[in-house]
Amino acid sequence: MTASWPIVALILAPLLAAAAAFALPRHGRQAALLANLVAAAALALLARQIVTGGLQTHDIGGWAAPLGIGLRADGFALLMLVVTMIIAAAVSLYALRYFLFSHDPEAAHRERYFWPLFLFLWSALHALFLSADIFNLYVTLELLGFAAVALVALAGGREALAAAMRYLWVSLAASLFYLMGVALVYGQCATVDLPLLATRASPVPTLWVALALMTVGLLAKAALFPMHFWLPPAHASAPAPVSALLSALVVKGPFYILLRLWFEAFPVVMTPVIAQALGALGAAAILWGSVSALLQPRLKLLVASSTVAQLGYLFLLFPMVTARPDSFLAWSGGLLFLGAHACAKTAMFLAAGNILHAAGHDRIKDLDGVTHALPISAFAFGLVGLSLAGLPPSGGFAGKWLLLSTALAQGQWWWVLVILVGGLLAAAYVMRVLTHAFARVPEPTPCEAIPPIMEWTALAMAILPGGLGLLAHAPTEWLRLGAPILLKGSGL
Amino acid sequence: MTTHGLVLLGILFSSFFTGLVIFFLREDNHRLRVWLNLLGAGLKLILVAALLWGIHQGYHYQLSFDFLPGLPFSLGADANSVLFVTLSSFLWFWTTLYAVGYLEDSPHRSRFFGFFSLCVTATTGIALSANLVTFLVFYELLTVSTYPLVVHRGTPQAMRGGKIYLAYTLAGGAVLLLAVAWFHSLAGPVPFKERGVVQTLIAARPNELRVLFFLFILGIGVKAAIVPLHGWLPRAMVAPAPVSALLHAVAVVKAGAFGIMRVVYDVYGVENAAKLGLMQPLALAATVTIVYGSTLALFQDELKKRLAFSTVSQVSYIVLGVAILGPISTIGGLVHLVHQGIMKITLFFCAGNYAETVGIHRVSEMNGVGRRMPWTTAAFSVAALGMIGVPLLAGAVTKQYLKLGAEQAGAPWVGWVLAASSLLNAAYFLPILWRAWIKEPPARWPVEHHFGRWETHWMLLLPPLVTAALVVWAGIFAESSFSPLAWVKLIAAREFAP
Repeated sequence: MTASWPIVALILAPLLAAAAAFALPRHGRQAALLANLVAAAALALLARQIVTGGLQTHDIGGWAAPLGIGLRADGFALLMLVVTMIIAAAVSLYALRYFLFSHDPEAAHRERYFWPLFLFLWSALHALFLSADIFNLYVTLELLGFAAVALVALAGGREALAAAMRYLWVSLAASLFYLMGVALVYGQCATVDLPLLATRASPVPTLWVALALMTVGLLAKAALFPMHFWLPPAHASAPAPVSALLSALVVKGPFYILLRLWFEAFPVVMTPVIAQALGALGAAAILWGSVSALLQPRLKLLVASSTVAQLGYLFLLFPMVTARPDSFLAWSGGLLFLGAHACAKTAMFLAAGNILHAAGHDRIKDLDGVTHALPISAFAFGLVGLSLAGLPPSGGFAGKWLLLSTALAQGQWWWVLVILVGGLLAAAYVMRVLTHAFARVPEPTPCEAIPPIMEWTALAMAILPGGLGLLAHAPTEWLRLGAPILLKGSGL
Repeated sequence: MTTHGLVLLGILFSSFFTGLVIFFLREDNHRLRVWLNLLGAGLKLILVAALLWGIHQGYHYQLSFDFLPGLPFSLGADANSVLFVTLSSFLWFWTTLYAVGYLEDSPHRSRFFGFFSLCVTATTGIALSANLVTFLVFYELLTVSTYPLVVHRGTPQAMRGGKIYLAYTLAGGAVLLLAVAWFHSLAGPVPFKERGVVQTLIAARPNELRVLFFLFILGIGVKAAIVPLHGWLPRAMVAPAPVSALLHAVAVVKAGAFGIMRVVYDVYGVENAAKLGLMQPLALAATVTIVYGSTLALFQDELKKRLAFSTVSQVSYIVLGVAILGPISTIGGLVHLVHQGIMKITLFFCAGNYAETVGIHRVSEMNGVGRRMPWTTAAFSVAALGMIGVPLLAGAVTKQYLKLGAEQAGAPWVGWVLAASSLLNAAYFLPILWRAWIKEPPARWPVEHHFGRWETHWMLLLPPLVTAALVVWAGIFAESSFSPLAWVKLIAAREFAP
């Protein structure tokens, strides 16, 4: 029991900090700093425990499942937690200057609400990754959704509020679907605990319906094509650090639950047809998102559409893992891709935020010569582009390579084509921006200076996925840690 | 063993780190940037020399680690790598010097030299790659790092040229990725090896191997500018002269030719490739490219465009040499990797000098330029005559070996192709020389810059003179043991050893 405090601390530290930031509005930054330090220390400890001891669990109040609520951390959760930690730290740094810098008369007001909401969202994410039962996951999903909607609305203005409202409705409806599914599952199996469900599930109609409901809800929240419509306006109109959080982490939460549901709790219900259908939606998302990114007039909308496309790659995991549940290559490829995309999208939204603030707008065709004023942000944007386009040696390349090899090894060549075309389209939309940014014009876009920390944070986050490809071996090895369920303890 | 591997890393990092540092230098920090550039280039040359010495002593150089599960990132130095790495690091040194002189007082120099260094890092990486995946990594890195150089001037033409360049090379890269991943799923993470690694697959999967070979050549052929994949090369000549020199002689086109060499010799192996019937189509593609490039070069009035089409044609000499089965034609093809490099870089240096010093961009403006700039024009003439295949110059050695090799391999038609190409080469180069030396100069040059003592800035003049001297040396001393030819003979002996 005593050894499991890191799990609890990971959830409580941001939560308490959120409460503190709410109660003491002028000390939001200090609260965030403290949350960062505690979470980093707890995560380091948890990582050591998982590496040495495998699966870590904590039963709240000492009651074990099915009576109590269980928390647990395996290698997969660890990967998600580490990615979350990196991005939360970057966003915290960036937000130190972001709100102060803008000329908005309400900036102080916005910053006041940003810190508690951000910390709350962070806590919800940690709880989501550490939860071991599907009802608890529902709760974290709701908390995550509310925090995210409130953060979008923080930008103010009609556009942002409309996007936030739409996001709210989708989120609520999706949660409802998910909750109905949970109720059906509970009725059938009399438990909500993931590992227990795995032993009790059988392919019966009730579970089919339940899983269909839950999956639809989660797909809507994860913005998989064709339920992605709410994402671009919401992610594009939010303040830059919020956009980064939403695209990098928030949409990954429901995806994480989907993987846990299908491959941990209900692998017996999964059929190749379902898997291929999910993969096909992913492929459609890649193509649709990339093409719409090519057509977007505004930079942040382009980045948001790119998120729609990149999320599609994650769903290629389903057909590949279903064909061979112990395929370590597919798992590591998909999840490496997830991590690389999270870092890349953070960097891209932060860089786009810098450009938006410096130039006063983000119309792509009017950004000629913006590199003059913002060389670091433009460079970061280009570097991230490498990862999105899957060019080596980026993390995006590593993930794509693993997915490609798996698809080839399994003879599912149709995904190969989608992956290759998606990479070229990504290169094309990144180039669309860079062509303007690097153009030498007599009068470059007039820009204000940006606080250095905002530029450097964007660059640091860009370097991470840019070079991750060469050091990708270690993070993929984490997936094996304490993960007997996902990988079936197999080696390949 | 480990210290030996570190030399390879050193060769890569000598330009990588200088590149990174240069990015962050202030624009006006001219002196430091020049010193860093030359330091990086010099250090790389020294390390390459150490590598050559070590290989001569019989050391093996190898460095490998898994960067993904079951996917080793591995560097090594075999005879082929050494040929290319020596060429590129030597020419890089002189190109750096040239670029420093060329870009004096132009904006964004830190950015330029940063990417310049990354570009040569990628090129040496290609040379030192010991398996296909590593090759792919550096191959794509090369694409990415040359793009900012091509569009450096930021003009609409430059941006358009850059876009076309990227469209071609990224599409080629995607095809190569597919080929590498597919090959990987068949054969596993095999290292490059003389005589190839597909022996066991030939019987079981001949058709898959054929399709794969096609994909490999399609992917790599974009950089090697094989017709019809050459469209980007003439358009990319909007780049500044040192970049053109780099593209045509040191990095991009060379990387393509080198890649084809790797695939044929060290992935498939010539004998296996011949068994699969892959060599005739490749030879045919090379032949078409040689004739097509030379013919189009005839019609270009813009000097750099004429040189670009000439490159299209000349690089396929390498491919042709590879495609004809037999040790002697192999020698001819491989040695042209070096010979084409030193000749073409001289020509581009000179073209840059004409443009910078007297504002000449077109062949029709070159009347009498030999009197204004005798040294530059002399270097130009040596390289042009070498291209035509005049005896005692580098190009003649290539053509002689190709011709002999083809006869030996029972493909005498190659002799006709070479003769036709030489004729075309003469037809597009000799008029230039005639204009430059014999015709009367105009009363005024389009632009006139004076650089004190010499006809142009010494940093612009020295590099072409050095490389032109090399063209002569590689021709006259071809049979000595200190020539590109001597090294290439060693490679051929290993590939064809019984």
